[in-house]
Amino acid sequence: MRYDFASMLTPAADCARLQPASDQSLLVYFGQQITLESHQHVMRLLRLLELKPVEGIRNLHPAYCSLLIKFDALKLGHDDLEAILWPYLDRLEDVHLPEPRQVEIPVCYSREYGADLNEVAVMHGMTPAQVIELHAAAAYEVYFLGFVPGFAYLGELPAALVTPRLATPRRRVPAGSLGIAGSQTGVYPFATPGGWRLLGRTPIPMFRPNREAMSLLSIGDRVRFMPITQEQFSALEKA
Amino acid sequence: MTQIQVQAPGLLTTVQDLGREGFGPLGVSASGAADPIALRLGNRLVGNADGTAGLEMTLLGGTFLFPQDAVVALAGSDFRATLDGAPVELWTSVKVSAGQTLRLGHTHSGARCYLCVHGGIAVEAFLGSASTHILSGLGGFEGRALRKGDVLNIGSATGLFQKRKLAQWAREALAPHKVLRVTPGAQADWFPESSQQVFYSGRYRVAEESNRMGLRLEGTPIPLASGGEMITEGVSLGAIQVPDGGLPIILFVEQQTTGGYPKIANVVAADLAGVGQLRPRDEIRFELVGLDEAWRLLREQEELLASKELILG
Repeated sequence: MRYDFASMLTPAADCARLQPASDQSLLVYFGQQITLESHQHVMRLLRLLELKPVEGIRNLHPAYCSLLIKFDALKLGHDDLEAILWPYLDRLEDVHLPEPRQVEIPVCYSREYGADLNEVAVMHGMTPAQVIELHAAAAYEVYFLGFVPGFAYLGELPAALVTPRLATPRRRVPAGSLGIAGSQTGVYPFATPGGWRLLGRTPIPMFRPNREAMSLLSIGDRVRFMPITQEQFSALEKA
Repeated sequence: MTQIQVQAPGLLTTVQDLGREGFGPLGVSASGAADPIALRLGNRLVGNADGTAGLEMTLLGGTFLFPQDAVVALAGSDFRATLDGAPVELWTSVKVSAGQTLRLGHTHSGARCYLCVHGGIAVEAFLGSASTHILSGLGGFEGRALRKGDVLNIGSATGLFQKRKLAQWAREALAPHKVLRVTPGAQADWFPESSQQVFYSGRYRVAEESNRMGLRLEGTPIPLASGGEMITEGVSLGAIQVPDGGLPIILFVEQQTTGGYPKIANVVAADLAGVGQLRPRDEIRFELVGLDEAWRLLREQEELLASKELILG
């Protein structure tokens, strides 16, 4: 089954497909492409399962158009879980999602912090300044957090900036690095290996275990990047 | 307060308990002991609850000075431990007197050995767990592997020593094996029959660059899936993903929470603890089982762990 923008009002239960991922996890797919609708379904199911937890569910991994549900296999099987989930799926249209938060993230776009800025510009026949302008002009949605704690998958990148990831990932990308890959963009919360092309860096911590909201970003947030100078970067870093 | 002084950390020694489930929406994976069965049993031997934090050592163990009396047990693989030079038996509670030094060497069996202490290793919990998540530097002792000179606190303990030992039959029944049982992965049907053939008939070798995030395998590359374009989705513990190049990766305890590669199979829950004992260069192969068989294996394992004759005391 395929759904697209033409079927914006598809009830979640009609397009949901449930499939075992392992002996202790189940994937709920809402279609097989990234659409705002399928992502709305993911957020609603996540919210409903957080508001009305199911005994035996141990973890939830949301993504673009799917939700992975990990369960205690000594208590539940896929059939049990499916029987529990269908009534949840039938109620998704009634789930109220909070207004998206607007978050601004200061970024110093530069060759020093964005090792791939020049190459990305060349690939698209632009100047680095044009790349920065395009990237900072767009508003992005947080589709989900994944990969490592606090890593937000943001989309959609303006079509003119869509760029394949590096053929060989870097062994270490500095914390705070802003990258792009395909039609996605995101900030590395920690120094990790990574294959996204780097355009700049933010001095703001994306994940702080001692902060009440540990992750700066949450699923559903709307994000803009605000270009800052090296001096502003240094000042914010110290603050 | 009772303490442990780290005189040598070993290759990679971290504080671990049974992990933190429930924070997937933050991108936080469960982490926790790579061989949770060994940690649970080690804890029982010293009179702790199953989920108490202990030290997970990898391939080469550390050297630890105990300034006060303590009760400890070593569980998992045989790292040829000595206490002030005298051999220490694995899977047995041991009384340590103030001033004694516990020294562990290289592994003589699997990848990991757990040091459990009566009272547990006391660290500040992060998201409800003492487990270290190395990549993000969160949890455990300062979010990192132990270093020489670190001083660890031991949780409050009643201090009464009781001789406890894991029954021989249980050691054999729980010994990790090199054939991993798997169920089909989320994209199993993307892989044509010929690819499945390669995967299930081949032997794979655990690569050097394997770690708690994932085990990279070397062997015959699996011809790639042709099901379409993969959209990043949540990934489960033990998922076997096949990236470009066709060499599979088993996602492990410190896994990324989402991934964009097709998954051909998934290690069954009952065999995950065994994955934690795989060493670089170990040869493994995969055996396909159904979900019912996977659950039967898990129930059987838990029944064994609940057996009254498991620990002799």
